[in-house]
Amino acid sequence: MNAARLRNLAATVLPPLVLGVLFLVAWQAWVVVSDVQPFVIPRPSAIWQAFVDDFDLVLKASIVTGMNALMGLVLGSLFGFVIAVLTNRFAFVSELVNPLAITIAAIPAVVIVGVLNNMYSLDSQIPRRIMVTISVFFVVFVQVAKGLRQNDATQMELMRSYAASPFDTLKKVRLPNTMPFFFTGVRTAAPLALIIALVSEYFGGTQNGLGSKISGTLNSANKALGFAYVLGGAIVGLLFFAGSNLLEYLVVPWRRRARSK
Amino acid sequence: MENTMTETSQAAVVVRDVNKIFNQGKPNQVDALVGIDLDVQPGEFISLIGPSGCGKSTLLRLVADLLEPTSGTVTIHGKTAHQARVDQDYGMAFQQSGLFEWRSVERNIELPLELKGWDKTKRRERAQEMLELVKLPEFAKHMPWQLSGGMQQRIAIARALASHPKLLLMDEPFGALDEMTREHMQAELLRICAAAGTTVVFVTHSIPEAVYLADRVVVMSPRPGRITDIVNVGLGRDRNELTREAGDFFARVTEVREALRGIEMADQARGIEDR
Repeated sequence: MNAARLRNLAATVLPPLVLGVLFLVAWQAWVVVSDVQPFVIPRPSAIWQAFVDDFDLVLKASIVTGMNALMGLVLGSLFGFVIAVLTNRFAFVSELVNPLAITIAAIPAVVIVGVLNNMYSLDSQIPRRIMVTISVFFVVFVQVAKGLRQNDATQMELMRSYAASPFDTLKKVRLPNTMPFFFTGVRTAAPLALIIALVSEYFGGTQNGLGSKISGTLNSANKALGFAYVLGGAIVGLLFFAGSNLLEYLVVPWRRRARSK
Repeated sequence: MENTMTETSQAAVVVRDVNKIFNQGKPNQVDALVGIDLDVQPGEFISLIGPSGCGKSTLLRLVADLLEPTSGTVTIHGKTAHQARVDQDYGMAFQQSGLFEWRSVERNIELPLELKGWDKTKRRERAQEMLELVKLPEFAKHMPWQLSGGMQQRIAIARALASHPKLLLMDEPFGALDEMTREHMQAELLRICAAAGTTVVFVTHSIPEAVYLADRVVVMSPRPGRITDIVNVGLGRDRNELTREAGDFFARVTEVREALRGIEMADQARGIEDR
């Protein structure tokens, strides 16, 4: 790595890093100086201590919620993609489904999880996964449907001049063209998936995920542990974000290079 | 044997009494083309020129069967335009290179062959041959965004010629290029098409480009779109940079310009009458 690239990297990484550290220092200083009680707001140092001490607890809860979010994210993305492609083949269906998708996405659909909980056994994670799948589905569906409608006119005329079948045109041109839209959907849906998985735990069922632990401990005296769970959730969220970006980087290389140019 | 004889003596493109009306019967009806007759001989280079809205691109798309005429017929080497498209008898290039950004240069050139069901080795060979033809043999593995606009356009032409079509249809392919690259590309196109004996129908709105390239320049006028003049260029086949400075060249440029100016004046006169 040469000096210029190092300087470039420093310029991207340093400012947010410095800001984050400053924020933590200010928080710590404020709690110490104004003598805020630990059951109101704990110190960052105490949260870190709780995170380290009870790491296995945080990890266990993070895996439960993270898995729910991941399963929902994968299934929802898959369904969103496939159904968007299918509806695109039949214009009237897409006109029907699109406004419906947007309307349903606007309903606070987490309440469905309450209904689903009655349909499955008490220790089942399935209702939460279904909930995440539904939420992710709409985000990805809307993006892919949009991507499929935006075709390069020249490319489409070329394919027509080659007398390419609709299937060949879909496979060789329209789907690759849609991939950047698909990943925009996945990147948007990734943090959403985690939040939905977390909130879904508030509606009953097994109390072993991050959502249950956060609501349980944040109301208790051990607030530092509650915040440690929140930290766990933040880390899972970052992993999701990084994961979906990495996937896009690998699957849509032409976008990456076109962008960096 | 007899069959091949008649085929070679056949016109490359025959357009007979073609009309094209968009939005027929609606308030926004447009008579894009009216009473078009045009014969293009094998190996001939035809430029279509005219102001915007004269239907030159529409005419090209009718030949390519990307649009269907409202009435009249288009015949390519004795086949209907539709059959010619299905058989991939022509290659096509546009103002936008239309390269597929997720495919390497060689895989872009291979796409029409892939759709024809060629096997991979044969496709690779042909792509390499085409790259040599457009003088970019070392760029096979590059991705489109790594090339300049002029190079991308050359790849698009290589792709259009990949299946060795006898007919090449081009819609302002050099419109987005700078003047120097453009002149260079014009010379390259003449060289390539002369070598393969390709018939070309070339849409442009540059007068010098139309004259430099063509055996005949077809001048069109708008509202409704029609052919008003056909200028025989007659500069011979051997054209180079000196051609652009020759007196004959300027004479033909002036002729085309006056034909176009005639359209403009008639248009204005009609405008005054309308008021």
